[in-house]
Amino acid sequence: MSDENKKIDNIDGKSTPSEETVERIEQIQAADPKVQTTSEPSDPPAAELQEQQEKEEKAKAAAKAREERAKARAAKQEAAEPSEEKPKEPSRNQPRLDRAVQLIKENISEAAVEEAFINERDRDLPYLIIKPQFWTECAALLKDHEELQLNYLRNVSGTDQESHLEVAYHLVSLSTKQEFCVKIKTDRDQPSIPSAVDAWSTANWNEREIYDLLGIVFTGHPDLRRIMMPDDWVGHPLRKDYIPIDPEV
Amino acid sequence: MVRTEELLLNVGPQHPSTHGVLRIVVKLDGEVITEADPVIGYLHRGTEKLAEGLNYTQIIPYTDRMDYVSAMTNNYVLVNAVETLMGLEIPEKAEFLRLIVMELQRIASHLVWWGTYLLDIGAMTPFLFAFKDREIIINLFNELSGARLTYFYMRVGGVKWDAPDGWIEKVRDFIPYMRGRLGEYEDLVGGNEIFLARIKGVGAYDAQTAIDYGLSGANLRSAGVKWDLRKDQPYSLYDRFEFDVPVGRNGDCYDRYTVRMEEIRQSLRILEQAVEQFPHEGEIMGKVPRVIRPPEGEVYSRIESPRGEIGCYIVSKGKAEPYRLKFRRPSFVNLQILPKLLIGESMTNLVTILGSIDIVLGEVDC
Repeated sequence: MSDENKKIDNIDGKSTPSEETVERIEQIQAADPKVQTTSEPSDPPAAELQEQQEKEEKAKAAAKAREERAKARAAKQEAAEPSEEKPKEPSRNQPRLDRAVQLIKENISEAAVEEAFINERDRDLPYLIIKPQFWTECAALLKDHEELQLNYLRNVSGTDQESHLEVAYHLVSLSTKQEFCVKIKTDRDQPSIPSAVDAWSTANWNEREIYDLLGIVFTGHPDLRRIMMPDDWVGHPLRKDYIPIDPEV
Repeated sequence: MVRTEELLLNVGPQHPSTHGVLRIVVKLDGEVITEADPVIGYLHRGTEKLAEGLNYTQIIPYTDRMDYVSAMTNNYVLVNAVETLMGLEIPEKAEFLRLIVMELQRIASHLVWWGTYLLDIGAMTPFLFAFKDREIIINLFNELSGARLTYFYMRVGGVKWDAPDGWIEKVRDFIPYMRGRLGEYEDLVGGNEIFLARIKGVGAYDAQTAIDYGLSGANLRSAGVKWDLRKDQPYSLYDRFEFDVPVGRNGDCYDRYTVRMEEIRQSLRILEQAVEQFPHEGEIMGKVPRVIRPPEGEVYSRIESPRGEIGCYIVSKGKAEPYRLKFRRPSFVNLQILPKLLIGESMTNLVTILGSIDIVLGEVDC
């Protein structure tokens, strides 16, 4: 933003002298007949002519600089376009993602995987969007299948995306070193997701925290109750529509 | 048959051995625990909710106050997440400074654990030794950042202050000094029969259980699982240095003790190499826009803090504030296994087991 403003200012600044130059040239041209009429003062005309030439040269130089800058910008744009058009090379994790999707579709259901992609901003982490009704079976498969062995549930996060709520399970295998992020989406009015406690015991407190702060009910959870907020708290603070009890004045 | 009566006992929330504001509702049959229910949340300040209204630089001081015994690693996990999202490159000197302060912090944190753990078990003297030596590290941090515990030292793109003249030399001198002190620590308590009887075979679990409960750090490695993010998923400059990952065998309090003591030695080893290779010339801050505005997307950054894996999950909508920010706190996850370990143990062992897990309530409650 500021750069663009600076450029605009520069252009304006340099266009002004050219206008002034034009005006002065006109004045000088108007004075020319008088000079020709009287042949006595030869020195002033020479000086004026020199000034005129200098100003013309400056104007030409400014015009050339402007043209050069425009060409440079055009060249940059041309250079940018082909790089954008180049097809992205498949991520090194794409085969793993494809294999996981294949295993899920073969062993559980063709409709279990809602979406699958590589998150390039997070070191090419494979992402799986699983439908809630299939999550329990998927969790067992991801953990127990010999090709995956995602035995370590490293993080569980709930997010209010405003159109829906979602829970992200970050999984890693301590043996095969594979990493996945599995997301399950649910609606905002009655959010409900099957619990993953049967697959990973660590999901217990993690899911209680999400239930406490976001209100997502984890069906099948052995002990679903608040863990951070007081038991009599009203509402779920991390929801985007949460109204604080003591709003700032 | 002697009839016993079930007793309900509240340990905490104000209790010297709970290492913070933690309450454990314990059901006892005589002196044997039949059930234990940790109650947390007393220090819940809504850090993640607050973060939604702050820009990324403003969030860094909050990370200092999650695990106030290991603020440097908390700083790093947040700035690393933002840098990963933005694809920033960090100057080498800045990364060296970050690595050095993180390893010093690991030593300081383990010293706090060692001193307070032995105090829990009944040994008064080691606490004084530990805090005296930890003070050297805190003074080093004080020279670097002006703070003793909550440093606000790291920034997105680098670090705020360069090492003062002579600071690296002080770190270099500290290494052999601390090695000598570790030897004294071992002489002081390592062979003490009472101490060993108190911790051997107590609070044991196997590798499968540790993994299932998502334990990390010494709690995981004591069970024989060789998993350390500095080696297995390297970040910063850790792949440049040689060090070993100590592991235990039985997953009991004794193994956690030996793993942590050995981790101090390995940290000194890393520091020795880092100080030797430290680039005295160079920038401490990379090219970062004045307003830090990560692109839309999400990232999960994870590093090895003294207590285990600390992670930072950021969902960004391309604004100066995070849309959602979640911290994976190792103490919160590690504490979860406590009820399982306490069943069948005595009240005396409650303190022993709880202390060996090494929790900090500021980060449990977040």
